[in-house]
Amino acid sequence: MIEIENLYKKFQNNEVLKDLNIKIEKGESAVIIGRSGTGKSVLLKCLLGLLRPDSGTIKIEKKEIYSNKFNYNQNKNIKIGMLFQGGALFDSLNIWRNISFISLQKKIAEKECKLLAMETLEKVGLNPNVAELYPSELSGGMQKRVSLARAIFSEPDIIFFDEPTTGLDPITADVINKLIIERVNDLGATALTITHDISSARTIASKVYMLHDGNIIWGDTISEMEKTKNEYIIQFINGSSNGPIKVRNN
Amino acid sequence: MHIFVNIGSSVINFFEETGKFFIFTLNTLKSLISKWYLKNIVQQVISIGYLSLPVVALTSFFTGGALAIQIYYGGSQFNSEVIVSSIVALGITRELGPVLGGIVVAGRVSAAIAAEIGTMKVTEQIDALKTLSTNPYEYLVFPRVIAGIIVLPILVGFADVIGIMGGWFVGIQSLGFNGSVYLQNTEIFLDSNDIISGLIKASIFGFIITMMGCYHGFSSQGGAQGVGRSTMNAVVSSSVLILGSNYIMTNLLFAS
Repeated sequence: MIEIENLYKKFQNNEVLKDLNIKIEKGESAVIIGRSGTGKSVLLKCLLGLLRPDSGTIKIEKKEIYSNKFNYNQNKNIKIGMLFQGGALFDSLNIWRNISFISLQKKIAEKECKLLAMETLEKVGLNPNVAELYPSELSGGMQKRVSLARAIFSEPDIIFFDEPTTGLDPITADVINKLIIERVNDLGATALTITHDISSARTIASKVYMLHDGNIIWGDTISEMEKTKNEYIIQFINGSSNGPIKVRNN
Repeated sequence: MHIFVNIGSSVINFFEETGKFFIFTLNTLKSLISKWYLKNIVQQVISIGYLSLPVVALTSFFTGGALAIQIYYGGSQFNSEVIVSSIVALGITRELGPVLGGIVVAGRVSAAIAAEIGTMKVTEQIDALKTLSTNPYEYLVFPRVIAGIIVLPILVGFADVIGIMGGWFVGIQSLGFNGSVYLQNTEIFLDSNDIISGLIKASIFGFIITMMGCYHGFSSQGGAQGVGRSTMNAVVSSSVLILGSNYIMTNLLFAS
């Protein structure tokens, strides 16, 4: 379970997260939607310990992850996987080393790591023959799958997805969405996806939250999202420039 | 009024940058007592040392040769051509070997490190490292810095030998010196302290070059343009720091 209370983060005078509150239950596949620049990535970075919030609390499995002002203190028993927007695969390592990176650092035998990496490649629908290739030799869609393979390799309890379908054609995006559902269900993991791709949200989410102006302004199931009268949600789903969400031209 | 604002903001930027670099150095030094990635250190020793050898050797050879010619024709006004070999040897081992070697390696290595780490930063690879429970200071920075500290003195040792041989080659081919007498004079005038001081300098330069490359790489922001800016800053700052620290070390090692 992930509990965020009164999370506040600003950059100079720009308040990005304004006392944000959200609770994601164990095993839930939560999707946070919102316009670009609303603070979705900042929220994810705070959860991962990559950015320190100015105030507020984040609890993962009831343990506060910022134990004091300086330390990110994530529970070592909780395994976390992350799929980055651009893949973030290590250019200097081949595919199987990228996937099994975490095990290689723990001095687990290379042969075993390679075998496990190849099994994981199959789980994300890639031919194990690509194991020896380098990230630059793969297409964008394949890189995303490898990145997904790396995220699920350690069988995490919680997986974060940052814009998993950005930059992909609709068919590849659908493949990635379905892979995410399959893998998350297989692992029984809690998943948090941030996206502005509404079709991706429809496929992945068990619950959808809308982030606007630094806070969660709406949250419910997908079926409720389709029926809601919330003007913000309606405007976002329709992709309209008319509505309560103002489009700034700066 | 505008000029005071500019001066004030430059001073603030300077202290801000110094503070950031200090924290960066502390984080790197913490790696001394943490996990050592030996494979990465070996890779960096090859990349920084072995692959820099040709360019350092060429630079030293031509510098030694040019120095011999300068001293010979400069000294001929005072009938002091005989001191060519000793001055070439002292000049190369004390100053030109470490400084030119350092600057050449700074151009090659500092830029490469800043570009590589900068690209990793802007493509979120460094964030990915953190999410995979790997400390980027231990995995990326420390192996490069330790490799620089180890390898630069070895490179400069080679540069010293090749530079002296460059002077010797020009001396016997163009200036009419007897080869064995030239080498004998070199041996007589050259003290082990001359060589050791150059190697100490080289080790410090190795630290400067790799730290500047890593620091500017880590500070990269904003895509290709940001990485380009970091690369340029890494080369400029490491070159300036090499020259500045060389002056300080020369004072400490020889003026006392």
